[in-house]
Amino acid sequence: MSWILPPGASTFAGDIDFLYYVILVITGIAFVVVEVGLLVFAIKYRARPGRKAQYIQGSIKAEIIWTAVPAVTLVIIGLMSGGVWNHIKGRNSIPPNAIPYEVHVKQFEWNFTYRGPDGQLGTADDFTLRNQLHIPVNRPVELQLIAEDVIHSFFVPAFRVKQDAVPGMDINVWFEATEVGEYEIACAELCGLGHYRMRARVIVHSAEDYQQWLSDRSAAADEE
Amino acid sequence: MRRFWVASCLFAFLACGGGDGDSGGSSGAAAAAPLGNSSITGVISFAGSVPTNPAIDMAEEPDCAVKHSDGPTDPIVVVTDGKLANVFIRIVGGLPDGPYPEPSEAAAIDQNGCLYSPRVVGVMVGQTLEITNSDPLLHNIKAVPTENRGFNISQPRAGMTSPRTFNTPEIMIPLECNVHGWMNAYVGVVEHSYFATSAVDGSFTIGGLPAGTYQVAVWHETLGTQSGDVTVEADGSATLNFTFGG
Amino acid sequence: MATSAVSLEPAAHTEAHELSFLRKYIFSTDHKIIGIQFLLMSFVFLLFGGLMAMMMRWQLGFPDRPLPAGQLLPETMAPGGILLPEFYNSLVTMHGTIMVFFAIMPLLVGVFGNFLIPLKIGAPDMAFPRLNMASFWVAFSAGILMMAGFFVEGGHAAAGWTAYAPLSADPEWTGVSGGQQIWLLSIAILGLASIMGALNYITTVVNLRAPGMTWFRMPLSIWSLFITAILVLLAIPILSGAAIMLFFDQTIGTHFFDWTDGGQVILWQHLFWYFGHPEVYILILPAMGMVSDIIANGSRKPVFGYHSMVFALISIAFLGWVVWGHHMFQSGMNPTLGMTFMISTMIIAVPSAIKVFNWMGTMWRGNIRFHVPMLHAVGFVAMFVIGGLSGIFMASTPVDIYIHDTYFIVAHIHYVLFGGSLFAIFAAVTYWYPKMFGRMMNSTLGKIHFWLTFLFYNLTFFPMHDLGIAGHMRRIYDPSQYEFLQPLAPLNRFITVSALLLFTVQILFAVNFVMSWFNGKKAPENPWDANGLEWTVPSPPPHGNFAKVPTVYRGPYEYSSPLVEDDFLPQTRKLASDVDPAAAGL
Ligand SMILES: [Cu+2]
Ligand SMILES: [Cu+2]
Repeated sequence: MSWILPPGASTFAGDIDFLYYVILVITGIAFVVVEVGLLVFAIKYRARPGRKAQYIQGSIKAEIIWTAVPAVTLVIIGLMSGGVWNHIKGRNSIPPNAIPYEVHVKQFEWNFTYRGPDGQLGTADDFTLRNQLHIPVNRPVELQLIAEDVIHSFFVPAFRVKQDAVPGMDINVWFEATEVGEYEIACAELCGLGHYRMRARVIVHSAEDYQQWLSDRSAAADEE
Repeated sequence: MRRFWVASCLFAFLACGGGDGDSGGSSGAAAAAPLGNSSITGVISFAGSVPTNPAIDMAEEPDCAVKHSDGPTDPIVVVTDGKLANVFIRIVGGLPDGPYPEPSEAAAIDQNGCLYSPRVVGVMVGQTLEITNSDPLLHNIKAVPTENRGFNISQPRAGMTSPRTFNTPEIMIPLECNVHGWMNAYVGVVEHSYFATSAVDGSFTIGGLPAGTYQVAVWHETLGTQSGDVTVEADGSATLNFTFGG
Repeated sequence: MATSAVSLEPAAHTEAHELSFLRKYIFSTDHKIIGIQFLLMSFVFLLFGGLMAMMMRWQLGFPDRPLPAGQLLPETMAPGGILLPEFYNSLVTMHGTIMVFFAIMPLLVGVFGNFLIPLKIGAPDMAFPRLNMASFWVAFSAGILMMAGFFVEGGHAAAGWTAYAPLSADPEWTGVSGGQQIWLLSIAILGLASIMGALNYITTVVNLRAPGMTWFRMPLSIWSLFITAILVLLAIPILSGAAIMLFFDQTIGTHFFDWTDGGQVILWQHLFWYFGHPEVYILILPAMGMVSDIIANGSRKPVFGYHSMVFALISIAFLGWVVWGHHMFQSGMNPTLGMTFMISTMIIAVPSAIKVFNWMGTMWRGNIRFHVPMLHAVGFVAMFVIGGLSGIFMASTPVDIYIHDTYFIVAHIHYVLFGGSLFAIFAAVTYWYPKMFGRMMNSTLGKIHFWLTFLFYNLTFFPMHDLGIAGHMRRIYDPSQYEFLQPLAPLNRFITVSALLLFTVQILFAVNFVMSWFNGKKAPENPWDANGLEWTVPSPPPHGNFAKVPTVYRGPYEYSSPLVEDDFLPQTRKLASDVDPAAAGL
């Protein structure tokens, strides 16, 4: 058992993981205070013959303390979260240099459309790969999620990114990978009987490898 | 509209599940003897330049990819030496009134290497279609008929078989797998058993017919339909060929 | 003010004309019998819901091994005893549906709303006894209909208990048509039953309180049931409306949720969660209220901060309406809304925190009697805290990006609904059992049941947090399909074994419940030395409850009062210093 998050591989991991550990520490303290308190009270104040409980109806001071302390703590957590949230999902959060991909999401496949050598999406040299997303490292990418049937959810645990793809809505999600390697993509929203197997892969290349891969790929596409 | 009736039933607290009563394979009429011994044979040809079938990106399904040594393609138009496979041939006119003899065996369709085999299959109304999975991974089978009741079932493991039947003639019922978007098959449901699918060499045979003149219709998933007439003698055989243009 | 013109005269009932068995036990209008009917019905559904959970756990722990006795299931559910994904999805859907709508909700609201409200406020029965009877039978019919869905072609609803459109709206995506329609109808019918019940509770509490039972002399159990009834009355119609819209999309071709034809997919989520978040409080407020009663009784002390407990309940009831969006942070909803809902969600955690500290304050310097109800009540506090704290993780929108739709959520909801609500239900059932059936439950068996449940409960659900932290998605039929989930297989097996043990030890409770009914020690009027009005009448109370209208002189929590020798002081006991409520203008 472990309360440590698995290693992250995107720029979001730092912020999200930090918030997670902050909350873990705060809730951990509250957890210990309450559980230990209950245990101590249960033992210390257990019924003994000839003893009577102390008649106490309450304490305004105590009420104020245990209203104010959680309220202040929670609002602070809320404000800390707000900044990170805006950075990740805010309306204008997508960096202008992000590489765009179109992702057609359907039961039970992720079809990633890449812009071809012309650097434009929606032109004839675009090509599509099933369940494979190739991206360069240290460069933001923007996925335009287009759901074709039901709601799916794009989830890459290592990148700490999750976004529902909703039919009829244009939803863009972005992230920036920081480690070269292969990571799993999962569908996180129940989408039917094949939901449990709606998986794909992200392959993060170094910048040079990515260029190489892209031109190989385009050459192959031309031959076909 | 049928959905509305299902709903209406429910209002009356009736679990009116298999309302169509489509469980039985036999329609009660005894498996009648063949009506005759005549047959129609023929060959489906393809003229012109053969379209290339698109390649399938099976990279993420290694268990299927290994079953295709020279790269999987989507077998939409299968032409070998000018002969066309996967054409569905059936008699549409000239038959005496039923009951018609029923095929003694179930029809079968297999999922192997993430492709359906055969891609085109015929069944008689009420005849069992056995759908099998030979791949060690999940396929779902979704039937989207217009006349029959549809279904959407899964086969998560190799070796699974699901029997299904259809109650109403329908040309053709598409089958699809949504795990593998390229997987398509077609089921022709006919009220009698006088149908066939063209083989790799384009050939087909429809046997067990009485003497008579028949209208024959043929169907291909992308090349369309054609029809023709043919007369057979008692205990004889007649030839009827079709050619699809390029 | 407390008594009113519509008050039913107890005298009218004491004539005790003999009722037929059918009128007395089946189509009864007696709130106590109706409460017991709800109790038996909900226990059966609790068993069904539990069995479904066991099947799912088996699949998750042992994905390729046939379910024991799985061969009994038809080919369309589990060929060769191995569950099919579509059946697994139906189980996911129906476990949630049954537990939320047909087990926990009727257990809290149907059972204890019915049984406790008249008894605890000094009324002879509910304000509308026939409506009350109708409420049970409508709920019962909805339950039968819901179970019938398993037997229709295409299987039962498989779009989750949240029934997100379009998966739920079009049979093309699931292969399920009849099952989903049955689900929607059953939910709409059950909604009718809930609304009837809620109307009744509100009217009864407002109008039928005994003389002297002022608002702030009401036990917290009644406060919480009253506020819950208001939430039910306001929230359920929204669900019913949404369910009917979806039903029409399914059957007569409307397009409310059809994005290809002018509808909005996400509209369902807004409607569902606008109902759904108040629903979460419907499922926990009565538990909090009853636990407050039991902890005060067990600690032999007044509830610490009674007034702030009431205000916490009321503020939860208000804030509960403005937090629904926290279920939808990753749904593509405008991210600015996400900020708003995050802050409102953070704020609603405060009244829950207040309640936890007040419960601890109640135990502080008490003289705690650990009877079985008290054990479960303290267990409730200990477990609810975990559910509350884990909620803060998902309230933080960025952390929610990662844990949304993972087992962290599954752990959270079970800490609230099982660790919270269900432990409170065990507490309440064991506490009021003597009043319901006139017999005591076996205390030794009760304690063994508590400790084993507490142990296996935590072994089952606590590790689910860890699954979630590792990224394990919820509603997944076979986790071995993902490489990053494969190392979690041993943990999944551990959880499955714990869950099976947790399920098994509930036999102790069932045995205790049934055996005590026949063989339990005869219960006295007031076995727990409690203050409430229900403990002043025989166990079980006669039809009409009170031989004469009781008069209330004080609040319900006067335990260990310095005014008397005993460590309890019933609400109806008149001390020399007490003034008649009529004279005091109450
Ligand atoms: Cu999906
Ligand atoms: Cu497939």
